[in-house]
This record gives sequence, C-alpha cells and structure tokens, in this order.
Amino acid sequence: MKDIILKVNGRKYNLRIDESMTLLKVLREELELTGTKEGCGEGECGACTVLMDGKAVNSCLVLACEAEGHDITTIEGLADGELLSDIQEAFIEHQAFQCGFCTPGMIMTIKGFLDENPNPTEDEIEEAIAGNLCRCTGYKPIVAAVKDLVERRGNDGYNR
Amino acid sequence: MDIIGSSVHRIESVEKVTGEARYTHDIKMEGMLYARILTSPYPHAKILSIDTSRAKELPGVFAVLTGEEIPYKVGLYMVDKPVLAQGKARYQGEPVAAVAAVTEEIAREAVKLIRVEYEPVQPVFDPVEALKPDAPLVHEKLGEYSYVKGVFFPEPGTNVASHIKIRKGNVFEGFAKADRIIENDFYLPQVNHVPLETHSSIARWGKNGEIEIWTSAQSPFAVRNLLSVSLGISPAKIRVHVPYVGGGFGGKAGIHLEPLVACLSKAADNRPVKIVATREEEFNTLPVRQGLKAHIKTGVTKEGRIVAEEINYYWDAGSYADYGVNIGRAGAYAGAGPYDIDNVSIDSYTIYTNHVFGTAYRGFGHLEVLWAIERQMDIAAHELGMDPYDFRMKNLLRPGSITITGEKINENTGSVIKCLEAAAKEIGWGKPKTEEELEEEKNTGRVRGKGLAVLHKAPAMPTNTGCAAILKFNDDGTINLLVSGVDYGQGTYTTLAMVAAEQMKMPVEKIKVVYDNDTDMMPYDWQTVASRFTFMGGNAVIRAADDLINQMKDVASRVLRAPKEELEIGNERIYIKHNPDEYLTYRQVALGYTYPNGNAIGGPLIGRGMYIAQGLTNLDPKTGQGLPAIDWTYGAHGVEIEIDTNTGDIRVLKIVSAFDVGKVLNKELCEEQVVGGVLQGLGAAICEQYLYRDGVLLTRTFTDYKVPTSMDVPDEIFPIFIETPQLDGPFGARGVAEHPMISVPSAIGNAVYNATGVNIYEVPMTPEKVYFALKNRA
Ligand code: FES
Ligand code: FES
Repeated sequence: MKDIILKVNGRKYNLRIDESMTLLKVLREELELTGTKEGCGEGECGACTVLMDGKAVNSCLVLACEAEGHDITTIEGLADGELLSDIQEAFIEHQAFQCGFCTPGMIMTIKGFLDENPNPTEDEIEEAIAGNLCRCTGYKPIVAAVKDLVERRGNDGYNR
Repeated sequence: MDIIGSSVHRIESVEKVTGEARYTHDIKMEGMLYARILTSPYPHAKILSIDTSRAKELPGVFAVLTGEEIPYKVGLYMVDKPVLAQGKARYQGEPVAAVAAVTEEIAREAVKLIRVEYEPVQPVFDPVEALKPDAPLVHEKLGEYSYVKGVFFPEPGTNVASHIKIRKGNVFEGFAKADRIIENDFYLPQVNHVPLETHSSIARWGKNGEIEIWTSAQSPFAVRNLLSVSLGISPAKIRVHVPYVGGGFGGKAGIHLEPLVACLSKAADNRPVKIVATREEEFNTLPVRQGLKAHIKTGVTKEGRIVAEEINYYWDAGSYADYGVNIGRAGAYAGAGPYDIDNVSIDSYTIYTNHVFGTAYRGFGHLEVLWAIERQMDIAAHELGMDPYDFRMKNLLRPGSITITGEKINENTGSVIKCLEAAAKEIGWGKPKTEEELEEEKNTGRVRGKGLAVLHKAPAMPTNTGCAAILKFNDDGTINLLVSGVDYGQGTYTTLAMVAAEQMKMPVEKIKVVYDNDTDMMPYDWQTVASRFTFMGGNAVIRAADDLINQMKDVASRVLRAPKEELEIGNERIYIKHNPDEYLTYRQVALGYTYPNGNAIGGPLIGRGMYIAQGLTNLDPKTGQGLPAIDWTYGAHGVEIEIDTNTGDIRVLKIVSAFDVGKVLNKELCEEQVVGGVLQGLGAAICEQYLYRDGVLLTRTFTDYKVPTSMDVPDEIFPIFIETPQLDGPFGARGVAEHPMISVPSAIGNAVYNATGVNIYEVPMTPEKVYFALKNRA
C-alpha cells in the first residue's frame, strides 16, 4: 500500500492504494470517474486513453503511482458544466459515435493530438487514432469530425 | 412528413461524449462481490474431479461453484448449454468453476487454487469430419435436450444439432436441362463480434427468492425468459435492467453470463455479484460467429439462366448450438441468395464441434452463405463467358418470382435489381481501363479491379414475435416513450422518437425515450436483433400514438363540443378542422382537462401500441416451404480495389452500397449504419479469423486477432438508398442494421478475380493468402 496524491481534472486526491494498481483502475474504482473505459486492459484498444501532462496515454498501462506529480485529464474534465468542448461538439455534429464506448478514449486521443498538431492532414488524423479501436462507426464520421473541427478552429481561432 | 427522413442527432449524444453514459461495466453496488471463472485448458475432456476446498478457505471468498452445484442448462432454441461445464468440457475456454470474492484480485487468486482433474478425450474440430459415423460425439445426450420442436431438427446419436431442408422444384430434372454445371467449395472461419465493451453482468438473488439483474444484453426480456425457464422461476420474480450497452452485433443477444452471476449471488449470502469478461474471455469463452463450409453445385443454360442448384451448408456451431441452430435455419431459407431459380435443394447442417460455440452475429448467417453464393455466381458467369452483372440481372428475383420457400415476390417486396443497377452505375462497372492505367499497373505491380455482389436478408425470428410501446404524457405536454428494445448505438431510440413525433405532429425534442431499460417497468419486446426493432418497434409506436390521439380527441370533443371525426391534430393542438381557432393544447389534455369552474375530465393519458409479426409460418420439415420473413431488405455492393501483387495486400478504394430500405427514416443514422457495417464486413473479408492449434485458440488478443483500424478505411464509402415502400412497415420502412456487412467479402472476392483472374474461395483474404493464390497461378 502506498499513499499518493493524484491530480485529476484540476482536483487533488489523497489516495492509499496498492502499488500494482493501474491509473485506469484508480480512476474508475477509487475516484469513480467511469467515463474512462476499459476495452482490453493491455494497451491495445485505446478505450482507456487519458491525458498525462497533455499527452495521450493508455491509462491501463500506467501505474497510478507513476501518475503522481502529473496533470491527469479525463473525459470528465473536458466540458465546463453544460458547455461542451469543441471536440465534443464536433463529435455530436458529425455523430462520430454509435455505442459510445470508444468515444471518451477517442476524444482524449484527439485532444492530445490536436494540441500538438493543430493543423493535421487527413492521413495524420487517421494515423493519430489508429490505436483507438471503434467497432461501430467505421471511423469515417470521427475523421470527418476532426477535419471539420480543425477547419473551424482555423477560421475563428477558437479553441475551447 | 417533415421529421421522417430528416437527420436527427442521437438523443443520447451528450451522455456519450461526456462519459456520463453508464454501462454495466461502470456500475458498482453496495456490498458487491466480484466474480472470476476457471476455464478448461482442453477442447474436449472429462472432468474427473474438482477440488475447491483451498479456494473456499481463502479470506474474502464468498462462494465457489462448479457445474455439479448448479445443474442448469440454458438455450434459446436448443437448451444444451450448462452454466458451468457438467461432466465434461466441450471447448478450450469453457467455464468449469467460478468464484465470487470481495475483490477481483482475491477472486483471481482463488481461481488459481482450484484443482481440476481432466481426462482428455478425442475432440472433433471440422464440421464435415464431425458428420462421419465414427466421429466423437460432442453431446452424447442430444436426444434428451429440449428444443423448439417442429422448427429445428436435431439428430440424436450424431453431432447434428439441426438439419434444415429446403426443396423447390426438382433438381434432378433441373440439372438435366443445364448446359454447364459449376461446382465449388467455399469456407469461412469463425470470427468475433468484438464489441468494445466486453460482456458484463451483475446479479442479486434476494432472500425473497427474487432475482435482479443489470447486464450488457441486447434483449432484457429474452434474458428474463431464458433465466426463468432455466432456473424454473416465474419471470415475475426476475427483473432485468439494461443500461447503456457498448456494442452488441448479435453477441449480446440471448443470454450469457447472467445465470452464472445469479447463482453465485445466491451462494454468496445474496450479495450482488458482478462479472466483467476480460478481452481474452470475450474471444475464448463467450460465443463467436459460426464457421461455414459450403458446397454448391449450380446448373446453368448457355443463355445464362440458372436452372438448378444443390447446396450443402456445414456450420461449425462449436460446442453449443443454443442459438446457432437458428442461423443454420436462416442460412437455409435465404441460402440461394436473391435469385429466381426453379429447382433448388439445400441441406443446412448445424454441427457440433469442439470449438468455441457460435451465436448470432450481424447478418445472421447471410454474410456466410452469400460469400459462397455470390462468389459462385461470378464464377458461373465467367465460365459462361458472360458479364457477372448481366448474368445476375437475368436471374435476380423480380415481381412474380417465387422464392425457394414459396413466397411470391411483388411490387412492394423491394427490388434487388434496382440496388444492383445503382451500385454498378456508381462504381463505374464495365468501364474499361485506359492505356495509361494499364501501363501504370504494369509498372507498379498494383492492379485494380471491380466487383459486384447482391444480398438479401429478412429478420430471423419466431412466427409470433411481438413488441409493445407506451407513450405517456408529462405535465407540460411532452411525452415519455417506453420501449424495451435496446439501443446499443444503432440509433433506434432516436428513430422511434422521430416516428412518435411525426405521428403526434409535435417536435421530436419533446419526445423523451426512456433509457433505463427495465423489464418490470417497460412494455414487452422479444429481442433487439435481426434488424427488426425499427420495423416492429416503429409499428408499435405508431399504434401507441394513434391510441393516444384517440384519447386526446375524446377529451377534446367533449370540451370543444364537436364530434371526434371533425377534430384534427397539429402544432401540439387538437382543433376543429373547419375552425382551427377552436382548440385545446396537448398540455391541456395531458393529465386531464380542467374546466374553469374546477371540474375535470379525462385523466393522465397513456397510449399503448402493440405489433406482432403477421402471417409467418413454420417451415415444412421436409421441403422448407412456408413464410419465414416479415420483410426482406435487398441490397448490392460495388467495390473497386487495388491489389499489390508484390505483397498480396488489398486496398479498398471505393465501395458503393445500395439498399432498398423502403423509406429512409433518419438519413444520417441510415448512412452511419452503412459505413460502420461496411467496415465490419471488410474486417471479415480481409483480416479477421479464429485460429486454433489442436483446439486451443491462438487468436485471443488484439495482437493476434486484427480488427480494422482507422488505417483500413476505404477512401470512399458511398451509401445509396432505394425506396420501394414496404406496405406494412412504419412509414414504409424496412430494417437495414445488419445488411451493410453482408456480401462485402463477396464483392471484394469478385473484385480480386476481376483484377487478377484468380478465384479465392476462403476468407479472410489476407495478404498471404492472396499472394500465394497469385503465385500459384503464375
Ligand atoms: S483498455 Fe487500455 S488500451 Fe485497451
Ligand atoms: S462507437 Fe461503439 S466502439 Fe466506437
């Protein structure tokens, strides 16, 4: 057992956890932030993607202890109350989900990616989400959502 | 009609993009225990003994169960599957014992402490081998199982779980008229549904004998019914909740982990018990799509008419056929494709083997049989020296045709011909390659080809399948819509809200579809499968709306002092036709109308509607004649691919998919079904397959079992919708959820031939397979 302080979505949490616990498990079970999903537990589906200091990581592969001292952002941290982030809005506009189970991870991957590469090509977008499996949408609406978002951000210089 | 046909976003959109949508995976309860299972390492082995004593002693363990303690069998059509293996294990991965403990880690530890003594026995893996008289029997007691009699035909003493026969005309006479006979074998391996949310269930077996369940299931009432039959408990004592479901594709139809957690809960002091399948269990323990071996013999005249066809389908059902027998049946009555053939004989055998067991998967056998049929049609055309498009056009079903089960096609059945025309036109069928293109192909080794394939599918369901819907007013005149089919992303709830809004002539935003699916509260629906929810649910909702409107008019006619016949609705008002200024608002009648003096009439209004499949019959056991289908959705794909002849790699450049959906209810959702389904079909065509070594599954992770990623998406997916109204469909609509996936492999296979002159008979068309096929030709 270990005492750690985790910073998630801007809030600090004091936790006593087993050292072998993954960040994914701590987020879901201890902090009850169940928006982050588990699709494989082995780093192969991207459903568990969160941001660590702004970079997308598979939270099933990160030990919670290793996340100490880093800024963690989960899907719950994106919207400001009922005001959705522009990525979320683009997802709705393009209906870039069906069952929705891959969606939180997909959105976090895209957020990390766009923050680093605000002006990607279509190929770059496809590559960026290649580690996030989606069985429902056929990916096309997701790529369309991102393309549209990039364009809109470019137009009004707006990034929420 | 201004709502129907428009594009309305999913009503649960915000929940899904914010992570607020709660799935069974996400549910935690007071006092909840966690379950883990021990699975068989052998594909076929007697269980000599199980020692659970050490596991039981581990602190934190509440219950350990084996098949001996819970002698229940489950099954929808064929009741053959024990909750935990009894006496023997029939596939590697089968649950043999289970533990419930305070944490998942302790449950996992406890599982490791269970000792099982096995005696491996001779397994059988190939469905055709399994038919041989000396083949090992997977189910010795097949004759004792209960099953739906008169619909399925097991052959006790063999591995045949069901044998379905279709006979139309006389194939002997038919073949005698043929100028050519084309005979081929085709194969498809098992594949997985790969829902992103693995199966998960929670159960609490109360001390009052009532069971409450939360589960990632497609069909809450089917779970309730099957559990009730299996445990011998009244359905009234079982309550099933279905929260958001992270993908189904057929794999969550019927019943799965629910009985196990229910029994564990009973054994664990009635505490709620939760199980979440690991991804490995999803591949190895939970069911798959069946494999298929097909043998097809087709007789054609030199003019290009098919005069006879004889087909054998051998389904690899795996170890249990609780659901799979119905795929063997659907694959039979749809088994010749949408063609008009006078003489047909089909034998469809659902066969037990020692593989992971099969179940429904998007398309329900149709992708499989149409891989065989649509490849065969192309091969037949080539042998006749005919264009595959022209050959199909000569033989496709049209008004007046009689299907292989004796159903007459009419003007409103839908048109496969229009679908094929549209797909062929959009893909540029028949356009020869230019000199430059040919030159380029020679230089790069990347050759292009086009392929066509048609498809059909109707819902495969019992003849008496029913569905009900309730509409109830809220204070402000908004409406709650209650149905118990499940929307696991396909968007049916949104579509049903549109149907209700259209019929009620009110804004769709004012219809709330209740997402908390609960068998105690919701009206009955059979199952959310077979692309039938929009059709049947839509009809039920229309009737519920009509019922509600009738009640509203009752009240309004008294208040407005006008006969009911002279009342009309619109703009959330009930008004007098010839004097629209005389009206009541929906709000005024919602909970009862109150006169200025305080008198009240009416009351809280509730509309109810039901729909039951009409005119369906069981099929004749000897000939398969009868009416199995409420509505056939036809379709066709045209693809253009590029093959790298140096690597065998196939890239899909464009796929055009046309479906006769009767009426597009929600354009955006319809198109999304197509795009998602096509990619899933592409997975089955190019990369997905179960591989075993000596009956032990090798493809148990995403590293070994590849599903399409964003890098595999065709450059263009082009949906086309034909609208030949279905007279009894809601606003003329038919289902289209499964169809986009069907015949995608065949269209690609046909394109491979078109590009290279090489015939492929087996999917998936992996680079390796294509490469060697090309090499062997050379
Ligand atoms: S759950 Fe982490 S990558 Fe699949
Ligand atoms: S929306 Fe279902 S997996 Fe992506």
